[in-house]
Amino acid sequence: MAKGLYIHIPFCGSKCPYCDFFSIRPTDELIEKYTLSVCKALKNVPYEFDTVYFGGGTPSQLGADNICRILEEARVEAKAEITVECNPSDCCEENSFDFSALSKSGVNRISLGLQSGIDTERKALGRRAGVKEAEAAINRAKKAGIDNITLDLMLGVPGQTADTLKESVNFCVSSGAKHISAYILKTEEGTYYYKNRDKLNLPDEDACADLYLECCELIERSGMRQYEISNFAYPGFESRHNLKYWHCEEYLGIGPAAHSFIDGKRFYYPRDIDSFMNGCAPVNDGDGGDFEEYAMLALRLTEGLSDKKTRERYGFGIPKKIFDRAEKLTDIGLLNIDSGRIYLTKKGFLVSNSVITELLT
Amino acid sequence: MAVSKDKIRNFSIIAHIDHGKSTLADRLLELTKSVALRDMTEQILDDMDLERERGITIKAHAVKLDYTAEDGEIYELNLIDTPGHVDFNYEVSRSLAACEGAVLVVDSTQGIEAQTLANTYLALDHDLEIVPVINKIDLPSAMPDEVAKEVEDVIGLDCSDAPRVSAKTGLNVEQVLEKIVTAIPAPKGDDSLPLRALIFDSVYDSYRGVIVYVRVMDGKIKAGDTMLMMQTGARFTVVEVGYMRAQSMEPASELCAGEVGYITASIKTVRDANVGDTVTLATNPAPEPLPGYRKVLPMVFCGVYPADGNDYEALRDALEKLRLNDAALSFDPETSGVLGFGFRCGFLGLLHLEIIQERLEREYDLDLVTTIPSVIYKIHMTDGTVVEIDNPTHYPNPANIDYCEEPFTNAHIYSPSEYVGTIMDLCQSRRGVFKGMDYITKDRVDIFYELPLNEIIYDFFDSLKSRTRGYASFDYEICDYRRSNLVKLDVLLNGDIIDALSFIIHSDMAYAKARKIAEKLKDNIPRQMFEIPVQVAIGGKVIARETIKAMRKDVLAKCYGGDITRKKKLLEKQKEGKKRMRSFGSVEVPQEAFMAVLKLDDN
Repeated sequence: MAKGLYIHIPFCGSKCPYCDFFSIRPTDELIEKYTLSVCKALKNVPYEFDTVYFGGGTPSQLGADNICRILEEARVEAKAEITVECNPSDCCEENSFDFSALSKSGVNRISLGLQSGIDTERKALGRRAGVKEAEAAINRAKKAGIDNITLDLMLGVPGQTADTLKESVNFCVSSGAKHISAYILKTEEGTYYYKNRDKLNLPDEDACADLYLECCELIERSGMRQYEISNFAYPGFESRHNLKYWHCEEYLGIGPAAHSFIDGKRFYYPRDIDSFMNGCAPVNDGDGGDFEEYAMLALRLTEGLSDKKTRERYGFGIPKKIFDRAEKLTDIGLLNIDSGRIYLTKKGFLVSNSVITELLT
Repeated sequence: MAVSKDKIRNFSIIAHIDHGKSTLADRLLELTKSVALRDMTEQILDDMDLERERGITIKAHAVKLDYTAEDGEIYELNLIDTPGHVDFNYEVSRSLAACEGAVLVVDSTQGIEAQTLANTYLALDHDLEIVPVINKIDLPSAMPDEVAKEVEDVIGLDCSDAPRVSAKTGLNVEQVLEKIVTAIPAPKGDDSLPLRALIFDSVYDSYRGVIVYVRVMDGKIKAGDTMLMMQTGARFTVVEVGYMRAQSMEPASELCAGEVGYITASIKTVRDANVGDTVTLATNPAPEPLPGYRKVLPMVFCGVYPADGNDYEALRDALEKLRLNDAALSFDPETSGVLGFGFRCGFLGLLHLEIIQERLEREYDLDLVTTIPSVIYKIHMTDGTVVEIDNPTHYPNPANIDYCEEPFTNAHIYSPSEYVGTIMDLCQSRRGVFKGMDYITKDRVDIFYELPLNEIIYDFFDSLKSRTRGYASFDYEICDYRRSNLVKLDVLLNGDIIDALSFIIHSDMAYAKARKIAEKLKDNIPRQMFEIPVQVAIGGKVIARETIKAMRKDVLAKCYGGDITRKKKLLEKQKEGKKRMRSFGSVEVPQEAFMAVLKLDDN
């Protein structure tokens, strides 16, 4: 069966104050060396891929031509979904990032880090470009024939209110995006946000929860449907690549800190660009794909954990004790049980760590 | 070779906490070259970590010093250390029984404090010769003349030639040694009489078994003798006798009347070597044992449970070992609906409780949950019977209760007079009955109150210290039981009674306490997936309530390829966290919440 391919591009033009991802500022020399390293890592890969995802970091920092070079090395099926994450500031101007070249190489989905439709909020998030630039980038992608566009939104941004959130969602919908990812901001240790969390006027737990529920409702009013905790799409535009993660299907990750899951094994490249470029082999991360992992991931989806699918995959159904525990949580509105399927409600998604722990402990 | 009896001096040092007892002991060790200077760490007698950290001496210790006096003779000085705190009067008492004299240390910047008096009276009860020493004269705020006069006026000791020293700098400390030789009488006792040796302490050693510390009153004992414990009737063959040196055990050929030393005899069970028992020889037993100690009963009780039920046996072993060195500790198995299997432990007071708890956690590496401390209440039933309870769980149905009695104490508080107002407010708020006030000097007072014991055991001492910026001192003794209007408070989480949090309280205090408990629980129980009502009730009547709102957000927003193992680890961590919680029906309560309720204070 065809697998997913994830290519990690660890370059960023600048560091965002909330982000703890591994990234470095690229030089032309580094870009060339890195592109060659990725191509080399892909050279003898025996798998076919039906989804490809360039994530980061900021893949647009690599340049469209290099992304095309990498794509040539992989065995990608004709109908594959190929996504490239872009930073609006890299691709808003005429003659900047070449969407047409990407389109010709088969790229058919663009993910833009919008974060917010309000310039003051974008600024607080350390994003260089404004909303106008984002709009321009979207239009350039569409003009190049890529109209499957997904936008990222951030919830719980300093100063965010129900009104500014509504404005952000409206911007996404009217821009013609087919898909929205809306993430509740988490202040990760070691970031500027973490250090200054008391000064930043960050919405508290209740306010974040309210923003999330509000956001779900606003997006679904547009006709998009929630299909995962943080993901919404018009029917048919769900991310096929990301669904592989949540369906516990196989994928290969290339690049420093990129993870893979193949043949029941999880492994990853160390979080160090030099060792990756020197050809260092991936590190074993243990076995994967058992029922607990499968259930943990399935419960992130609106379709939830299905007894039938569990049975098809493992030869046994959802254990009775899990149904029993789930039963207790239906009363408090955190999940539903419907014809052998356990699925979380929006309220349940908000406390999904606890719900999943409760079900699986 | 044993020295002749008239060259032996057996003494203790008594003092109020922080008046410099341990520091003085260190200087005496130094002056007698009992410890090489390079081995001197501060307060060498306090060898438990806890003792050094808290600056108090918990256990009695003993050490033999060789001192060459001004008369050119070598004297054998046996220093038997005593604890200073009010909770440990019992241990003071047993140390004093092994001595002929006591050095009373008084801080020349503080004057007489509560425990100065309490310990002095204990020493006088034992007919000891008391040598007053005025300490800390190096400090600018020292008032040696005033304090000496205070000691003369209040205690009636002649201080005209009392050594005035600085234990810290060593100034005049040699005068203390000389005073011990000249003022404290040599022990009496007859080597030819049948052996009578008082066990004043014992320690458990994993290689030698129980090491028994004794003061020989009459007769002699040596290796090979068959010793007989007069109280228990147990017999052992003596393996070794000797003296306690500051840093080692020094074997000796025999211990004679008047001497202080140790005996090892492969004693395995702790109950065969009770502190306070008399050792004699099986071949020539003494007709009468020495008078035992004043029997002290535990006054404060609480449940002690292992956080992990699998540690129950380990907890039992640890308590057994602690009881070996601590006769005042009692424990009996008990079970709680929510905490599982544990022990009902009895303590002398709250400090004793805290020390035992800390020792269990530190020295035995146990994770514990303790319940709210209780005193012993006498419940008079309508059918005329009287029930004594130290555990609120056993509180009978109020319909069958005629009336209740609770223990009261005579409490003395010594303080600078400027704090009289705030101290009286505190005592009043703890249901104290004012009995009188004496001016020790023009600006220091002795305030005398009758206070219910259950008002003292929670946090009285802490409150007193904070209200008086640490200047007041406090001592109490149980006086009697008094009729009192008591009620039992129950805590309910999500409608279920949490038995471990129930306690008995005077009805006047019930509402305020109930509100505080409800608040504490609300603040310390993390939000869970559903709303949790917290209620505090008397019988079926809820008198305080709070609500722990449902948790709103606990989510990993992004979970892509690289996040899956992270999410798995998070899941494992949360599962682990769940195991550390105590489940009360559907509610999970972390240990910290328990501790917060147990440590209710006024702040």
